[in-house]
Amino acid sequence: MSKKLLKGNEAIGEAAIKANCRYYFGYPITPQNEIPEFFAKEFPRVGGVFIQAESEIAAINMVYGAAAAGARVMTSSSSPGISLKMEGISYIAAAELPCVIANIMRGGPGLGGIQPAQSDYFQATKGGGHGDYRMIVFSPASVQELYNLTKKAFYLADYYRIPVMILGDGFLGQMMESVEMDGQNDTCEPIPKPWAITGCRGREKQYINTLYLVPEELAELNDRLQEKYRQIKNSEQAYEEYYMEDADFVLVSFGIAARICKEAVDLARDKGIRAGLIRPITLWPFPEKAFADLTRAKNILNVEMNAGQMVEDVKLAVSCKIPVHFYGCTGGLLPSSKEIVNRIEMLGGTPK
Amino acid sequence: MSVILKKPLSLTDKKFHYCPGCTHGVIHRLIAEIIDEYDIREQTIGIAPVGCSVFLDWYFNFDIIQAAHGRAPAVATGVKRVLTENVVFTYQGDGDLASIGIAELIHAAARGENITIVFINNACYGMTGGQMAPTTLEKQITTTTPYGRDHKTSGSPFFVPELLTNMHGVGFLSRRAINNPKNIVRTKKSLKTAFKVQMEGLGFSLVEILSICPVNWGMDPQKSMQWLEDNIIPHYPLGDIKMPDFDV
Ligand SMILES: Cc1ncc(C[n+]2csc(CCOP(=O)(O)OP(=O)(O)O)c2C)c(N)n1
Ligand code: SF4
Repeated sequence: MSKKLLKGNEAIGEAAIKANCRYYFGYPITPQNEIPEFFAKEFPRVGGVFIQAESEIAAINMVYGAAAAGARVMTSSSSPGISLKMEGISYIAAAELPCVIANIMRGGPGLGGIQPAQSDYFQATKGGGHGDYRMIVFSPASVQELYNLTKKAFYLADYYRIPVMILGDGFLGQMMESVEMDGQNDTCEPIPKPWAITGCRGREKQYINTLYLVPEELAELNDRLQEKYRQIKNSEQAYEEYYMEDADFVLVSFGIAARICKEAVDLARDKGIRAGLIRPITLWPFPEKAFADLTRAKNILNVEMNAGQMVEDVKLAVSCKIPVHFYGCTGGLLPSSKEIVNRIEMLGGTPK
Repeated sequence: MSVILKKPLSLTDKKFHYCPGCTHGVIHRLIAEIIDEYDIREQTIGIAPVGCSVFLDWYFNFDIIQAAHGRAPAVATGVKRVLTENVVFTYQGDGDLASIGIAELIHAAARGENITIVFINNACYGMTGGQMAPTTLEKQITTTTPYGRDHKTSGSPFFVPELLTNMHGVGFLSRRAINNPKNIVRTKKSLKTAFKVQMEGLGFSLVEILSICPVNWGMDPQKSMQWLEDNIIPHYPLGDIKMPDFDV
């Protein structure tokens, strides 16, 4: 047992080192600066390579190169910087390279603000860059979970040869919680990478490519990617349920907003309302399985720190058979548990 | 009977897809010869650009990674930091390197990345149909400077290796042309020095090669060579610009 009090951003760094990641390329942006600063300090001690790149574009392309060479590698940024990485992420997805990208979100659009937000849900889960591609997207709600999921992200990235995004927000990045650092080594073991570009000694030459001028060949790549995404949809959906056994009023919320929702569920239960919470842990694949038999649910309230980006995924997951409402705030403002309970009552969540 | 001239092992058997008279093929061959001569084929990794030479893999008989437009120096950085014992080079056109990728180039040089850049200056964008490149000469007609490049509206051509001369981590800079056998031999020597600088761990090396694009220049190959000699070479001075203290 070894517990350490960590800031969320530092937990990402600790987890990366534990997962044998030794390459980090990034560019400063608030509220995630502790991540590059962590690697700048800690990597020299473990033989890792840290580069402060000239831009997010350069950083993600360094990731592309290091991943192509077979390394476990990561980058991080916050919303405006992630937009710049999107070109590179599309190439990484096309080349089927593994890497981890942390987005510690702040409010947008534009330069937005430096306050926490969840407004990059669409960008993260629907592709973001050009082309038909997906990333696995994790949404941790505590520093411990951030640590665990970051480690897992490296493993899944290697396993599926896919970019994996850790979608946090400024709160999660900045807040300190105690983290148990042992016990999940199972997700760290290396996976052989015979496809890596290492020089052709003792084998045929290899090529990493994202250009296919013959339509059938590009279609073949897309078919292969879609098959991989189907597999991931089947195997990797993750979510947490809170008081869902008998819930007839269901909150759906991810990340830090879901913590506030837990409080709201407690408050509502005190009032005798049978409220419950579904917290998606993977945003892509969206945990449709959690919605498969919501026989009791009469209403769903989606709570997000954005203008309602997850609503359509929830509606699809319940085939629009249950009314899906939305309460959220933008700009870096937080939803309050009291207001959530008000909404539940307004929407007819009545004591039984 | 002894073989005195043969195709380098570092080239594949595939026929070049380049237009008649295009100089990409000659430069590919020079690189392949050098890699054979240094016997580094099995440790060399080439980074392909976006441009006419995007399919480097078709022609080079060693590992290749194709990069996004202009990002080859950043990709090469990532590769070289992981595989420090390998030889890593990028092959980039003037649109790829001097326009969209100029930041990645300058900062790879500023970091003194131990990589080699082969920079093909054909004074236009070949692949997309002959638009203006940063290296297009003033008054030169391209599809996006139909009245000739005017510095007042479209800027003026700049000198890439000269931009990098004051950087500590830069080991070798050179500009050569591919217009006649003498200059081809000099180009090869500069390329050889550039790879050697990398192999000796002396930092960033770049060779700019003044080339032709007959199709987009609207001339036959012979006239293109003449135009290169009459216009491009006088504008861009040839020679080694920053030298290591050894000879190859
Ligand atoms: C992001 C992006 N922008 C634009 C293009 C289109 N494009 C392809 S090649 C090219 C220019 C290539 O010119 P150059 O680098 O001079 O190489 P050449 O073809 O002359 O060898 C452009 C603009 C692209 N592929 N990607
Ligand atoms: S367009 Fe120009 S650079 Fe491209 S292959 Fe043809 S001649 Fe060569």
